[in-house]
Amino acid sequence: MADSDPVCFQPASDQSLLVSFGSEITPAANDRVRRLLRLLQLDRVPAVMNLHPAYCSLLVRFDALVIGHEELETILRTYVARMEEVPMPEHREVEIPVCYGGEFGPDLDELAAMHGMSPDDAAALHASVMYTACFLGFVPGFAYLGGLPESLATPRLATPRRRVPAGSVGIAGNQTGVYPHSTAGGWRLIGRTPVAMFRPAECHMSLIAIGDRVSFRPITVGEFAKLSDTCA
Amino acid sequence: MRVIRVESPGLFTTVQDFGRPGFGPLGVSASGAADSVALRLGNRLVDNPEGAAALEMTLRGGAFEFPKGARAALTGSDFGATVNGSAIPLWTAFDIRPGGTLLIGPTRSGARCYLCVNGGIAVETFLGSASTHVLSGLGGFNGRPLRKGDVLHIGPATSVTPRERSIPAELLARLAPRTLLRVTDGPQSDWFPETSRRVFYNSVYRVTEEANRMGLRLEGAAVAARSGGQMITEGVALGAIQVPAGGQPIILFVEQQTTGGYPKIANVIAADLFSVGQLRPRDEVRFEHVDFDTARRLLVAQEELIRALH
Repeated sequence: MADSDPVCFQPASDQSLLVSFGSEITPAANDRVRRLLRLLQLDRVPAVMNLHPAYCSLLVRFDALVIGHEELETILRTYVARMEEVPMPEHREVEIPVCYGGEFGPDLDELAAMHGMSPDDAAALHASVMYTACFLGFVPGFAYLGGLPESLATPRLATPRRRVPAGSVGIAGNQTGVYPHSTAGGWRLIGRTPVAMFRPAECHMSLIAIGDRVSFRPITVGEFAKLSDTCA
Repeated sequence: MRVIRVESPGLFTTVQDFGRPGFGPLGVSASGAADSVALRLGNRLVDNPEGAAALEMTLRGGAFEFPKGARAALTGSDFGATVNGSAIPLWTAFDIRPGGTLLIGPTRSGARCYLCVNGGIAVETFLGSASTHVLSGLGGFNGRPLRKGDVLHIGPATSVTPRERSIPAELLARLAPRTLLRVTDGPQSDWFPETSRRVFYNSVYRVTEEANRMGLRLEGAAVAARSGGQMITEGVALGAIQVPAGGQPIILFVEQQTTGGYPKIANVIAADLFSVGQLRPRDEVRFEHVDFDTARRLLVAQEELIRALH
C-alpha cells in the first residue's frame, strides 16, 4: 500500500467531514477506509456522532456544537498516521444462495445479451467469483461487493424501478449486491436470495459484514422455495 | 399503566425521538424527529428529557384517547387540536382528564405536529432509540406508522410543574421555520458551473408530492453538473442536496440513504434542518449560501435560544 497516497479532508456539511483516500476504487483505498473506520470504532473520538464508509472515503459526522472541521481534521490525521497498526478482524466467508434468472432475475437475459453470452453463462460467471464487501451503505444491511468480473459490468437501468423485491441480486457498473429490503432501485436484477440480509437480532446485525469475502451459490426455484420456508 | 388508544392514526404518525446516530457503518441512518426543535420544546413543556419519545404527525393528525389522562403538549405546526370540544393551543402544556380524547385535525401551517406526553411514549428501543425506521420496519411502535386500534404505553410519570407552561411568543418567532434555507457548499459544489450555481441560488423550488422522511424531491429550474465527472459512491450528509441526471434537486433527510452516487451542489445547515421537517408538498423554498463559520454561529445561537428557555 502506498502510504504516500494523499489523504484528503473536505467539509461535506457544517457537521460532517469527508475523508478521501484518492478518487479511484482500489482494494488499497478501500483497505484504508476499513482501517480508519475500525480505529475510530475502537478508539472513539467523543465529538464524532456517526461514520459513513464507502469505497475510498469515510464521511465523519460530528457534533458541531463541540468541534469544528479543522480541529477534527487534526485529530483524524493522527488516526490516519497510526491506522496501519490497527488489528483488523479476520474476514469471514459468506455464501449466499441465489436463484438466477426468471421472475427472480428479470434483467438477466438482457444483461447477458449485452455481453454476448447466454444467461446461464452470465449466472455461472457471477457465481464463480469471490467478492469483497467494501462497505455497507444506502439502506440497512446493503453490502457493496467489489470484484465483479469486468465482462459482467453493466450500467444501471436508465429508469430505476419503484420497487425492487427484498433479496434481489443486482449489478450496477462493476459492483454487485443484494437488496436487503424492498426499496426503489436502479441496479439490474439477475437473481434473488431467500435468506435475510439485515439481521438486527444477530451479533453482526447483517449477514455480510464489511471486509467479508462473499460468494454466490446457484440454487433452483425448488430450493429457493424450501429455503424461504426455513427462513420464514 | 397509562396508555394512549389510537382511535384514528392520522395520515402518517410515527414514534420519534432524537434517533440513533452511530450505525452508519451498517447502512442504518439515524432517523429521529424531522423537526427536532419542536420535539425538544414539547418535551420541555411536559417536564420530559428533551429527547423523550413523542408522536410525530404528518399533514393530518388523529384521534387519541387517554383512559387515565396525561399531561401533554402539542408543538410544531398547528393542526387545530381539541380535547372534548375545547380548542388546545399549540406550544402549551395541558392536562387531559381520564377518558379524554384528543382530536387533531389537518395542518394549518407546516408538515409536522408533535404530541409530547409526560413520561414519554414507552416502546422497546432498537439500537438505543425509540425512533421508527420505516424502511426497515424497525424501532418505534412495531416498526411502522400507527394504525387504528393501536395501544401505546406511556412511560412512568415524572414530577410535573403544577403551573401552566408555554413557550414565549418572542422565542417562537425567532425559532419559526424558514422557507429561505441556508446552505453551505456540498462536496461537489465545484462540479457545478457558475451559471448552474446562480440558477440554484436565484430560483424558487417547489416541494413535490415525493417528500417524506427519507428525502424531499424539489422541482424548479434545472441545474446540471459539468459532464465527465465520475462520481464514486460516498457517504452522504444529513441535509445534502443531491442533483441526479435531470437536474431537479433532492434534499436528503432524517431517514436518508447513508451513501449515494449523485453530486451534491449544497447542504442545508444544521440550524435549518428542523425547517425542512416542516416543508409540505407544494411549499416553495429558496436557498441562501453561507460559509461554514456562519453556519456554526447560527447553530450556536439557536442552541442558546433553546437552552435559555426555562
